[in-house]
Amino acid sequence: MFEYFNPYRIFKINSILQKIIFFCFILVLSIGLVEALFLSPEDYLQKDSVRIMYVHVPAAWISLGIFSTIAFLSISVFIFKNKNLILISKSLAPSGILFTLIALVTGSIWGKPTWGTWWAWDARITSMLVLLILYALYLLSFRIFKDQVRSNKISSMIAIFGAINIPVIKFSVDWWNTLHQPASISLTEKSAIHSSMLVPLVIMTAAFALFSVLIFLMKYNTELIKIKNKGLKRL
Amino acid sequence: MYGKKVKLRILFLSLILAVLILTVFLVLKSLEENVVYFISPSEIKELGEIDYNKKYRVGGMVKKNSVNMSADYVKFIITDFKSEISVKYSGVIPNLFIEEKGVVAEGFLKDRNFLEASKILAKHDENYMPPEVKEALKEK
Repeated sequence: MFEYFNPYRIFKINSILQKIIFFCFILVLSIGLVEALFLSPEDYLQKDSVRIMYVHVPAAWISLGIFSTIAFLSISVFIFKNKNLILISKSLAPSGILFTLIALVTGSIWGKPTWGTWWAWDARITSMLVLLILYALYLLSFRIFKDQVRSNKISSMIAIFGAINIPVIKFSVDWWNTLHQPASISLTEKSAIHSSMLVPLVIMTAAFALFSVLIFLMKYNTELIKIKNKGLKRL
Repeated sequence: MYGKKVKLRILFLSLILAVLILTVFLVLKSLEENVVYFISPSEIKELGEIDYNKKYRVGGMVKKNSVNMSADYVKFIITDFKSEISVKYSGVIPNLFIEEKGVVAEGFLKDRNFLEASKILAKHDENYMPPEVKEALKEK
């Protein structure tokens, strides 16, 4: 049974998976971009600037999703001391910080023509900035603390404590007055985004998710190589 | 099911998290005044004391038929459907500044019913739809 989980085997499977996912990513991204930039209608109020949403919203979703995953894994790490989970969350973080940055930058670009400002210190935007800082701290903790036991502990603590920020981001637009508009899509209510605009949004989210999986697999293999170079047979 | 050490760690973590959530909640609660980006016209009316040297941000809907554009300034009324406040502003107007849509005006209060804004920001809502759909909705 444990034969299936030996690092060498995982490395080989990962390498094959990467090629398949890379192909899927390019395919889905092309369809998504054509839908988002050309086929979808413009908004009645915002005209063409609504197209920034098809990058902004998926990026924000993915960045929140990845941080929640890292936090959940870190809790398991803290309780069960499973080292493999650390490798997984460590490999997830780079695409998470990338998408947080994309969400902030595209939000800024979107804010200028619609709201009339690049930046506002409202609750949603500020809490997203806090998320960016948390990601940075999380990634840095692996670099700063050379001792593995120590870096594992500190990084999981950052992720667990940082998880409190996730509900704050999500509900900031409901709890306080913000410049940012409230959520358009919820699980219980009808979407406030017209279906013709929902199609590119869903496809772009799939494309970004595939991209994060791709980066994750690459990072994970890098970690496996590092372990091999240290001459360790197991984690 | 789990060992003693694991159980202890679960307990420890839940305790820390509970304390932390409580702390964050209390901090945000006490900072509420700073966390809100703007206040409504009704809240202006209820303010105990107005600081005439402090900038306030007032947000709400631009009242229908209230926008009055002239050569060097624009006047309009912000409403939250309970109270209203008049705003005078000169400067660049954001694209989405439209009657019956959200707006946030920042500036000095002259009194409880008048704000001289130095900046206005458009606040749009969460609805997105093609123009045809909007037309169809209007006809209904």
